Amino acid sequence: MFLIVASLAIASALLMILQKNPVMSAIYLIANFFCIALLYLLLQAQLLAVLQIVVYTGAIMVLVVFVIMLLNLGDETKLTEKFDMKKIISVVLVTGFLIEMVYIFGFSGDGIGRMPMSSQAANLGTVESMGAALFTRFLLPFEVTSLLLLAAIVGAVVLARKQS
Amino acid sequence: MAHQLIGYAVFLPLLGFLINGLVGRKLRSENLVGIIGSATVGIGFVIACVIFFEMMGSGVEERVHIVHLFSWISAGSLNVSFAYQVDQLSVLMMLIVTGVGFLIHVYSIGYMHGDPGFWRFFAYMNLFIFAMLNLVLADNFLLLFLGWEGVGLCSYLLIGFWYDRKFEKGTTGDAAKKAFIVNRIGDFGFLIGMFLIFVTFGTLNFQGVFAQAGTMSVGSPVIFWMTLALFVGATGKSAQIPLFVWLPDAMAGPTPVSALIHAATMVTAGVYMVARCSLLYALAPATMEIVAIIGAATALLAATIGLVQNDIKKVLAYSTVSQLGYMFLALGVGAFAAGLFHLMTHAFFKALLFLGSGSVIHAMHGEQDIQKMGGLKKYLPITYWTFFIAMIAIAGIFPFSGFFSKDEILWKVFSNGTWGLWLVGLVGAALTAFYMSRLTVLTFDGEKRWGSDKHPHESPKTMTVPLIILALLSVVGGFVGVPASLGGGNAIDHWLEPVFERANLVMALPGHGMETIEYVLMALSVGVGVGGILLARLWYLKKQEVPQQLSTKVPGLYKLLWNKYYVDEAYDAAVVTPIQKSSETLLWRIVDVGMIDGLVNGLAKFFGGVSKVIRMGQTGVAQNYVFVFLLGVVVILGWLIAH
Amino acid sequence: MPVSLASYLALSAILFTIGVAGVLTRRNAIVVFMCIELMLNSVNLTLIAFSSFMGDITGQVLVFFVMAVAAAEAAVGLAIVISLFRNKQTVNIDEINILKW
Repeated sequence: MFLIVASLAIASALLMILQKNPVMSAIYLIANFFCIALLYLLLQAQLLAVLQIVVYTGAIMVLVVFVIMLLNLGDETKLTEKFDMKKIISVVLVTGFLIEMVYIFGFSGDGIGRMPMSSQAANLGTVESMGAALFTRFLLPFEVTSLLLLAAIVGAVVLARKQS
Repeated sequence: MAHQLIGYAVFLPLLGFLINGLVGRKLRSENLVGIIGSATVGIGFVIACVIFFEMMGSGVEERVHIVHLFSWISAGSLNVSFAYQVDQLSVLMMLIVTGVGFLIHVYSIGYMHGDPGFWRFFAYMNLFIFAMLNLVLADNFLLLFLGWEGVGLCSYLLIGFWYDRKFEKGTTGDAAKKAFIVNRIGDFGFLIGMFLIFVTFGTLNFQGVFAQAGTMSVGSPVIFWMTLALFVGATGKSAQIPLFVWLPDAMAGPTPVSALIHAATMVTAGVYMVARCSLLYALAPATMEIVAIIGAATALLAATIGLVQNDIKKVLAYSTVSQLGYMFLALGVGAFAAGLFHLMTHAFFKALLFLGSGSVIHAMHGEQDIQKMGGLKKYLPITYWTFFIAMIAIAGIFPFSGFFSKDEILWKVFSNGTWGLWLVGLVGAALTAFYMSRLTVLTFDGEKRWGSDKHPHESPKTMTVPLIILALLSVVGGFVGVPASLGGGNAIDHWLEPVFERANLVMALPGHGMETIEYVLMALSVGVGVGGILLARLWYLKKQEVPQQLSTKVPGLYKLLWNKYYVDEAYDAAVVTPIQKSSETLLWRIVDVGMIDGLVNGLAKFFGGVSKVIRMGQTGVAQNYVFVFLLGVVVILGWLIAH
Repeated sequence: MPVSLASYLALSAILFTIGVAGVLTRRNAIVVFMCIELMLNSVNLTLIAFSSFMGDITGQVLVFFVMAVAAAEAAVGLAIVISLFRNKQTVNIDEINILKW
């Protein structure tokens, strides 16, 4: 199960960056987000899986698609068309990065990678435990985040206003 | 004990300088400023008198006191403190400085009346007195040098006092600069001398130096160079050959300045310094010879120039140079006390002459050319009579003060065996009498050569009272030095004997010559003095065509004298212009502009160029930044993995 | 066989790398933005994986906040893109070089 979802996620991500039409990119990203939500479920984080779909795909991607429509953007040139030095170096660099990351996460550390899933995992991801944690230990960040959201709203309105 | 008040005497004038300098302008009352300025000096004089009387009352061995004020420099082996040596010599100098200084300060209240810089004048004068007192009272060479430099500074400030006035070919500022720079050249010699003293003796303290010098042998080369270097400093400060050229130009300053600084006190600093170092000079007979020859030569040279000058102050300036030559002549043959005796009497009558000339200039509303004066004795009686007394004194007529001091010098020069120098001194005396009489006659006697635009009147009391006091001193001042041959006890010689004791021992002076010879010499000097006076009166009062004819018969000689032997022009061509030109081309253009500016500007340009290249990295495209960021992350991670 | 933590972490690394590649190579500002969101999501995945495997709720709470912040950032970022578009009539990154020297 994990393998299927994982490969779907990787595939959609790859496809996303290779598209020339920005709307198609957005759609592939939405697919990617769904896969990630499924992965969250596999990890027994139910609340967050739902939140992923509601917030990320439902709100953020909708916003992105709206903006793409609003700006009426055309197609970009395909990624594989132009081969200039910059792209080659970027690819090389990124490959190196990938190797490093995989090495770090996969094969280093003192066997962390082979840790079994915790027995508490199922209890952790529920709405109750998340809520309990949010309103006790993490109350301050919670409140501050609401302020942050307020600031973001005001900022967005101000920035996107028509200059009159 | 009274000598402990010495600190007050020295620092009161400094206080006066500060008060007048800082708030003098706001005081608004000339009298207040003048009183403050004069009182500080007057109190100093009173203290000096008290100390003097106390000294007279105590035994000879107890007359020297060292008053230590505070430690000044203490660095390694150099220990110098602000300490004063109160002994016979310094008290004598202090009396002269404060006494004559006080009279001149009072005179200045009247002379400088109405001048917008009144407060500044008195501030500078007080500062001068402070520096001069430090000079004569110091117990070590460095403090003496401090006073030496201080009086040079005040001389500069006071010569250029009327800083926006024209003077001959330049401004008063040029004259002031000339004085300061020429003095500086002499000071260089003084510094070399001080360095040699410190290296040889390990201390700059008088007592320390002279104690060690007593063990040295006569004629050692280091002492020769030391004394010669110090003497160079003296030629600068006391206007001898070759550094006398600043004194005539110094007449650009107000007349009280000329009286105080360039007649009575600052120019005598060189004489004092040589006298203080009498032991060192006694150990260097070669230098003494040089001192004597230069003194005599200067006396003669200046007298010849003074014969034909037409500015009243110029004549007096050259006369000062000449009389200083006499003092050095005396020092050079070992007659230290005689030199100082002449210093004292000269202070009296030269200050009187200058102040009198100031009175005349004041009455004639600034006119200084004696060819445009004449017949003033009717209008300025007090000035005339005091001036006349001073003229007789300087000509060396018995029994005025100048007779005793000048005669003492000539006698000592003769009995030293140096007859050539004695003859030069005698001729100089004759010329002195002549030109001083000429000056008096042309100024005060005869027909008036000025128009009705001038209204001369006698000066106010603040100016005439000091004149009278100085005239009295010129008359009786000589009686402290009546020689034994005339029945006197030569008090001043005895007073100063302990100071020059060690020097006298080294020199083994020839004994007193026959008294009859002394009488002959006295008669000779009085004779030439009287002769000079009468000849001048004859030529300039009655037979006025004679000097005219003379000047046309020997035009070359006349021109040479009138142009002061072209010494200034020679210096200008040989020294001043080359230095100026080389500074301009080499030091300014090449070093300053080319190298230093080039270095600074070049550095700036270099950095500009470098940053021009580096700033190309800011492309403004965000992706580039991410790229570089990623590059860094990769490198760091790789490094972390590898370790 | 139960899935190990390493696999989740490796997956997350791969997704992150893909996001970086997208940021470097795409020229449309909005697509770049989406790639950044992808990177954020991969980090979320890592956090939740650790939270589950170690039994600590902190990871999930953190993800909660990351989501909130990402939402705010999306709003503001897109507003900026809109106003940029108004001024320059393009969202091509190569042409938005106001920070140039």
